[in-house]
Amino acid sequence: MCAPIAASGFAIGLVFGVLARQAGLGAGEAALMSALVFAGAAQFVVMGLWASPVPVATVVLATLIVNLRHLLMGAALAPHFQGLSRLKAYGSAFFMADENWALAMGEFGKGRRDAAFLIGGGLIMCASWTTSTLIGGSLGNAISDPARWGLDFAFTAIFLALLCGMWRGTRDLLPWIVAAAVAVAAERWLPGQWYILLGGLSGSLAGVARRAD
Amino acid sequence: MRIDGQTIIAIVLMALATFATRVSGLWLASRLPLSGRVEAWLGYIPGAILVSLVAPVVVSGGIVEALAALAVVAVALRTGNLLASMLTGVGAVLILRALIG
Repeated sequence: MCAPIAASGFAIGLVFGVLARQAGLGAGEAALMSALVFAGAAQFVVMGLWASPVPVATVVLATLIVNLRHLLMGAALAPHFQGLSRLKAYGSAFFMADENWALAMGEFGKGRRDAAFLIGGGLIMCASWTTSTLIGGSLGNAISDPARWGLDFAFTAIFLALLCGMWRGTRDLLPWIVAAAVAVAAERWLPGQWYILLGGLSGSLAGVARRAD
Repeated sequence: MRIDGQTIIAIVLMALATFATRVSGLWLASRLPLSGRVEAWLGYIPGAILVSLVAPVVVSGGIVEALAALAVVAVALRTGNLLASMLTGVGAVLILRALIG
């Protein structure tokens, strides 16, 4: 079940390692970042800002902004984490990345109530992501262009497949259309990753707004 | 192995910032009264986030990404298999880019 995300994560991690090396990080430093931060989108954005000396404030602010979507994702976990101790709930949240979160929400949507699903997928992802970062950082330039191998599409394909399983009927139509329209517009006209947060927020609000009528 | 102090500080602060975003949504939502409306809203989030992640790639990406997306959806609906869907997407993009460019 977790194999596709681990494999895709591995491929993207290799690319991240190569990029980090080009940006001036050592392979060990890049791997440390992957293990502790474990947030691919933010890490890629930060590599574009990396310089010597490191612009710490800029880098941390960029990380915060790119990861704001986690607020919504974490909120969506709340009903499924109700029975957990704080340690378990927040410990699991450390491992909440887009991919294993999406997998876990898919499982919860099918009625499975095992909260450990998030942390299981997260541990596998994190191990795969960190190892491949280390390898990519050590390899150098062997794999610098994921598009050449079609790998840039791997996570899009995974998210699309998960979406197919999340369709709950026509009540999802309006929120999904709103999310898509807002995300496409925001991605085109706003800098950075705001489109994920804005699309997710407007789509989910459109869902409840219609419900209230 | 070269370890730079400034780099380590940046990495640790990035990790803390990320963890803060990961826990605070959960923390806030677990303090909301789980009324029907709140729960319905939370239930709409996963689909809306995933749509937002894929829509720009599929819509703005061009014919290759659009066709590959159709192939992925067809395989996902038929098999429900994540690995098969992912391989279909990557393979379709690879082939279509070679053909169409």
